Amino acid sequence: MSLVLGIELDGEGAHPEAWRRAAHTPDRLLTGRTVADRVAAAENAGFTFASFDDSLLPPGAGGGPVGRIDAVNRAAFVAATTSTIGLVPVVGTTYAEPFHTSSQLATLDYASRGRGGWIAARDTDPRVASALGRAEVTAPADLAQEERDAITVVRDLWDSWEDDAVIRDYATGRFLDRDRVHYLDFQGETYSVKGPAIVPRPPQGQLVVFGRAGDTDPSLVDVVLVSGPTVEDTVEAAVRAKAGGAVLVFAELDVALGASTPAQPSGRVSFAGGATGLVDLLRTLDAHVDGVRLHPAVVDEDLPVLARFVVPALLRAGIAHRPVPGSTLRGTLGLDRPVTRFQAERLEHSSR
Amino acid sequence: MTDNSYARPGAQVHLGVFFQGVNHTTIWSDPSSGSQIDFETFRRVALTAERGLFDAFFLGEGLRLREQEGKILDLDIVGRPDAITQLAALAGITRHIGLVATQNTTYNEPADLARRLSGLDLLSGGRAGWNAVTTDNAWTGENFRRGGFLDHADRYERAGQFLDTARAIWDAWADGAVATRTDAPSWATPDGVREVSRRTSQFDVTITPTLPRSGQGHPVIFQAGDSPAGRDFAAAHTDVIFSRHGTHFDAALAFAEDIRARVRRAGRPEDDVKILPGTQIVLAENASEVEEKVRWVLEGQYTGQTALSLVGQVWGRDLSDRDPDGPLPEFDPVPAPISVTRGAARDGKDPLAIAREWRALAEAQNLSLRQVAIATTQRSGFAGTPGQVADELTRWVRSGATDGFNISPYLVPTGLDEIVDLLVPELQERGSYRTEYEGSTLREHLGLRPALSRREVESRQAVG
Ligand SMILES: Cc1cc2nc3c(=O)[nH]c(=O)nc-3n(C[C@H](O)[C@H](O)[C@H](O)COP(=O)(O)O)c2cc1C
Repeated sequence: MSLVLGIELDGEGAHPEAWRRAAHTPDRLLTGRTVADRVAAAENAGFTFASFDDSLLPPGAGGGPVGRIDAVNRAAFVAATTSTIGLVPVVGTTYAEPFHTSSQLATLDYASRGRGGWIAARDTDPRVASALGRAEVTAPADLAQEERDAITVVRDLWDSWEDDAVIRDYATGRFLDRDRVHYLDFQGETYSVKGPAIVPRPPQGQLVVFGRAGDTDPSLVDVVLVSGPTVEDTVEAAVRAKAGGAVLVFAELDVALGASTPAQPSGRVSFAGGATGLVDLLRTLDAHVDGVRLHPAVVDEDLPVLARFVVPALLRAGIAHRPVPGSTLRGTLGLDRPVTRFQAERLEHSSR
Repeated sequence: MTDNSYARPGAQVHLGVFFQGVNHTTIWSDPSSGSQIDFETFRRVALTAERGLFDAFFLGEGLRLREQEGKILDLDIVGRPDAITQLAALAGITRHIGLVATQNTTYNEPADLARRLSGLDLLSGGRAGWNAVTTDNAWTGENFRRGGFLDHADRYERAGQFLDTARAIWDAWADGAVATRTDAPSWATPDGVREVSRRTSQFDVTITPTLPRSGQGHPVIFQAGDSPAGRDFAAAHTDVIFSRHGTHFDAALAFAEDIRARVRRAGRPEDDVKILPGTQIVLAENASEVEEKVRWVLEGQYTGQTALSLVGQVWGRDLSDRDPDGPLPEFDPVPAPISVTRGAARDGKDPLAIAREWRALAEAQNLSLRQVAIATTQRSGFAGTPGQVADELTRWVRSGATDGFNISPYLVPTGLDEIVDLLVPELQERGSYRTEYEGSTLREHLGLRPALSRREVESRQAVG
């Protein structure tokens, strides 16, 4: 088996006091340098993807960082300075405009040559609604409906240009074959979207979409993120997700290697200790999940240990693999590049 | 009108490159024309502009594919990236050049857009700009939750309130709010971040912003719009006007004088708002080759089908089976704009009046349909040897008609190369162009005063 290695790189780390142990002064967190250095370190280490958490609201309280650059911007900033690592931002599904979300993520995919992903996350805090001047969505059924619609629209927009829509036909003077660009005419419960996209189909066709177990319908996403307070709970959640139809299941894991102060309870398995212990834990998980997403307690302390000891040990043991330069994130995860929905419909039509 | 009504002997020419994205001005049929969407194209243009010490790299915005006669327009370059995301990627591989995103105020919300723009500003070290447009395309709303659209007056009302709210968000963090030591009592000083709460006719926003001010305060504000309401909006709220007056000197000067008067009326110094018209520049190494090069460019831009399409937009019907090298249609345009014409040539005017004008022109100069389309819709800008064009650009800027130019290359990605290799050195020789970047922010490149809202705060403090 092969274990996909992902790392969450938001802020200074999962621990609220992580900023006190950062390698830079607090006012350097919100700079391009900090983002670029960390993603470069994760890529050099051999991680398959880096993720970037997000919300319109301040990320922390209690004296911790209250500043955050939006996740798509951070992912895009490093897209052209990296070559193998997948870049996976969080974008909310409750209030954001799916048309914008689709364009932003497709653009990330172009800039990274097919290494873009998306963690589709609900905005459960009604203060996001107040910021946007929108009516609050709080009922679980409504949050689920908004999420379903958002993912559907975003994915359909990525499909709205067939791969060969740009024809540059000198003889007829046509740049585009308009029959290969499609309106969606999406009609949801709370809004409609006409389409087509303004961004041609992204390099991966469809970016890799991540959702959370229990929230997201597994049929809408490529990767289901599972978590639980113990390893047993996490494995059980993974089994349930697989049974529910999840294509790939990744486990969420808090890790504290440098500080050996475990993070606050987060609902995720929390590992605190040395590199060898973590390698053993990941070996155990390897039997049950397709990948992991590590949440370092203190990025500047844990990432160097992961890079020097943990990832090399996993690579040597053949448990994890370094992504190959030039591969797309889909390719690295063993996912096909799908044909567009519209092309599939046409093929079905003509074969009848 | 004299050239010297606003003479500025030492003035410098500011240059930007406008990567339009969707247009018939890019000659896609040329073998050297690259992908309109691959990142490599954008990288190449941005790095060339930076090599040429340009102030800024601009991206346009359009949120729905253009249509004509209910069908997607298939003749032009189409398909473009999301501007802020693309500029963030370019920020990672450039060091100096400003990065300006066209973003409309109708289909965005201030809390989100202000945050994404300041994210770009922080990542790029103070190089972000925002070209705030209001979007006159009625049908764009069908791609968004709000649906529909706003009429002209309401669009600028919303734009003004949008900018005020965005500025409040950008100014919510006190300078020095974030700790500079890891043993500080907290990451940000408790009263260093203010909640912003606005309730206006267009917005109901309550938010605790998540970003500090950048090295240039906040993104530089550009405006592109030409109506009186648009000009007043620019005079009251913005730093730079991206104008369409970049072809005829007298018109440019008249526009600049109108803007300066409006800026004074808004209580600002008259040079507070810079003017950068969009323009096209055609260079030939020898004067004798200029005319031929211009003809080559125009013929590449106005294919027969494109000319028929532009005229069809006015006539309100499909003319694609007519002869582009024949006469204008003998019948009249469909009088009411009932057929949903969604192109540029008609520009909101009465089609019958336009047809009368165009017929008169065709008759007077014996022009074919295609030649009329070229004569009436092209904004050719400048053509000449590098030396001639450098003289002209310098004259325009030094006589107060503009502060510089926003160049749209007719070939992408290679079209900017000759501007940078041939024209820029000529400008430098004339002392009208920088020989290195002196500052690090876009605001510094453009020679702008500090951000408007900050000045307002300071002057209020000085008074109070
Ligand atoms: C030079 C120039 C460039 C423009 N670029 C864009 C653009 O990229 N996207 C857009 O939606 N509108 C663009 N606009 C349109 C304006 O924002 C505005 O909607 C339009 O000009 C109508 O406003 P007005 O009546 O004040 O001119 C541009 C306008 C001008 C003059």
